[in-house]
Amino acid sequence: MVSLIAKVGALSFDKPGMVASGIMDETGQSMVRMLGCGAGAVVSKSVGMKPNEGHANPCFTETEGGMVNAMGLPNPGIELFEEEMKVAVPHGKIIGSIYGSGPEEFGALAGKMEDYGACAVELNLSCPHAKGYGMEVGTDPRMVRDIVSAVKSAVDIPVWAKLTPNSHILADIGMAVQEAGGDAVVAVNTLKAMVISPEFARPVLSNRFGGLSGKVLKPVGVRAVYDLRTVLDIPIVGVGGISTWRDAAEYIMAGASAFQVGSAVLTEGPCVFECINEGLEAFMHDYGYGSVSAMEGAAHERGGRSNRECDRGVLRHQDVRVRME
Amino acid sequence: MIEESYDTKTFVFGWNEEVRPGQFVMVWVPGLDEIPMSVSGINARTKSITVKAIGEATRKIHELGVGDRIRIRGPYGNGFDLSRGEMLVVGGGVGTAAVIPAIVQSGADAIIAARTKDDVIMDDLARRYSKDLRIATDDGSMGFHGNAVQLMKEMAAEKRYDCVLACGPEVMLYFTYKACQDLGIGCQLSMERYMKCGAGICGCCVMDDMRVCKDGPVFDERQIPLLTEFWKSKRDPCGRIVSLR
Ligand SMILES: Cc1cc2nc3c(=O)[nH]c(=O)nc-3n(C[C@H](O)[C@H](O)[C@H](O)COP(=O)(O)OP(=O)(O)OC[C@H]3O[C@@H](n4cnc5c(N)ncnc54)[C@H](O)[C@@H]3O)c2cc1C
Ligand SMILES: Cc1cc2nc3c(=O)[nH]c(=O)nc-3n(C[C@H](O)[C@H](O)[C@H](O)COP(=O)(O)O)c2cc1C
Ligand code: FES
Repeated sequence: MVSLIAKVGALSFDKPGMVASGIMDETGQSMVRMLGCGAGAVVSKSVGMKPNEGHANPCFTETEGGMVNAMGLPNPGIELFEEEMKVAVPHGKIIGSIYGSGPEEFGALAGKMEDYGACAVELNLSCPHAKGYGMEVGTDPRMVRDIVSAVKSAVDIPVWAKLTPNSHILADIGMAVQEAGGDAVVAVNTLKAMVISPEFARPVLSNRFGGLSGKVLKPVGVRAVYDLRTVLDIPIVGVGGISTWRDAAEYIMAGASAFQVGSAVLTEGPCVFECINEGLEAFMHDYGYGSVSAMEGAAHERGGRSNRECDRGVLRHQDVRVRME
Repeated sequence: MIEESYDTKTFVFGWNEEVRPGQFVMVWVPGLDEIPMSVSGINARTKSITVKAIGEATRKIHELGVGDRIRIRGPYGNGFDLSRGEMLVVGGGVGTAAVIPAIVQSGADAIIAARTKDDVIMDDLARRYSKDLRIATDDGSMGFHGNAVQLMKEMAAEKRYDCVLACGPEVMLYFTYKACQDLGIGCQLSMERYMKCGAGICGCCVMDDMRVCKDGPVFDERQIPLLTEFWKSKRDPCGRIVSLR
């Protein structure tokens, strides 16, 4: 029997895939719909202290193999978001994503999300196109440590930190989260990117640059998770370009305990979760992985957590081959 | 470029993409807002949009001339299903632009409704294709004296229709829906909500749990009863609820 249950620290999810922040999760009813589509949880839109319209249109454009957005974190503000959470929370697990300018705001926002019934908070330390927020606070390990500590002392629910791939010190940032008591890291947010219209000789997005997501992002995200796994002990949630079970398997084998899907909700439709679940289950059955945790980190040559577990035939084959060489 | 009325113009542009009646595009002119516009004309190599000047972006688009460039992305949305038996197509105000391709491709009976005769658009084109085109104006200055829904009820009393296709102000759509319910016939209504991505990912355009840009903009009689926000509320660009009535 293959089990798709995913454990991220103390939290357990019936299905390993979650809806990534910013996709069909700004309203209560959208979140309910996605919970009904085979997602194990929904991460809410990132919510801040005050209502925010986000950047002016154009704030989105398709590109080869993906898309670039500069939504600019539109959201109704934490006070009004209570109504959306009231609608969604009775239907499944909601992870409250929040963004602030520093430890105090993050602490206050996290407290509200806990009150609203979120099963965890996800700190957006990684949005590449919001001035004064997101990756601007999330690329300084000291700031990250302060924010995570502040949130840890403000709430009892698990605290996840979502990281940006736009940094050469990703491992340091991950360590900062772990040292401050963070319960998991989520990797990755979008890659800073730009699309230019040759005819108009100018960037297409009103914000000029935005964040790249979708299929093209996958190898970047897989590498980030793989590297983080080699330095961190806390769980990792993988995100970036996942649209099939193979993509999900790559992330899990790189070291993720669970994964999130964003852009593929557009390209494949909300049913993408059911397709991934089915494919993953069949793969796990065929290759002898009894559980998601058994597959976790399998791509690491040795010491990947799951090497300690022995409910897989495949790994034993690999061991034999290594010894013969 | 075609002047449809004092405040509405049609812009034709070269574009090979396959488009279904009822779909829309996101239109961008550098320096301006990017906005959704229904495709009002569908030919193999050209398409058109019909723009009513109501604000900054639409007024600036009106200043464009032949040879000027716009950026289009799409087409987006589901479009109308033209295979639902005997159809009556209803366009209210600039909503007429969204239903013109449905009239052209189906030849169905149609109503074009507007406030006054000066606001009636694209009636010459519709008359060429529709089996029976009627005009309604609120002030009676052209055609039927009254609104689209009143004329629709009148036509439905004369002939048997299976389905009404409509685009126009939400209040018109609401009463069209009520009338179709009373008549026991189907309907497909094209809705509008504030759009950002237009492609179905950001979720800002939802009515209940349906994305108007991707699951819509056309919703039918089975979906509409589930849209509790229909003619009740919409969301502003922050996602806050705004009452419509
Ligand atoms: C699917 C769809 C199809 C449409 N088709 C047509 C059409 O064929 N012809 C036509 O003239 N108009 C159409 N519209 C309406 C058109 O998008 C608005 O008139 C236009 O955005 C106004 O922009 P503005 O800058 O001129 O005015 P503003 O002063 O900026 O806005 C005036 C009003 O337009 C609406 N609006 C503004 N921006 C947006 C946006 N990004 N998304 C949705 N609504 C917006 C709002 O209700 C706003 O209050 C359509 C709208 C939708 C959603
Ligand atoms: C339209 C859009 C909006 C997003 N909004 C947020 C957000 O509010 N907060 C956040 O942490 N990430 C946001 N993201 C990033 C996604 O959650 C995800 O990390 C990224 O898109 C990579 O995953 P994907 O390739 O599966 O989309 C957004 C992405 C997109 C495409
Ligand atoms: S406009 Fe983004 S989902 Fe509809």
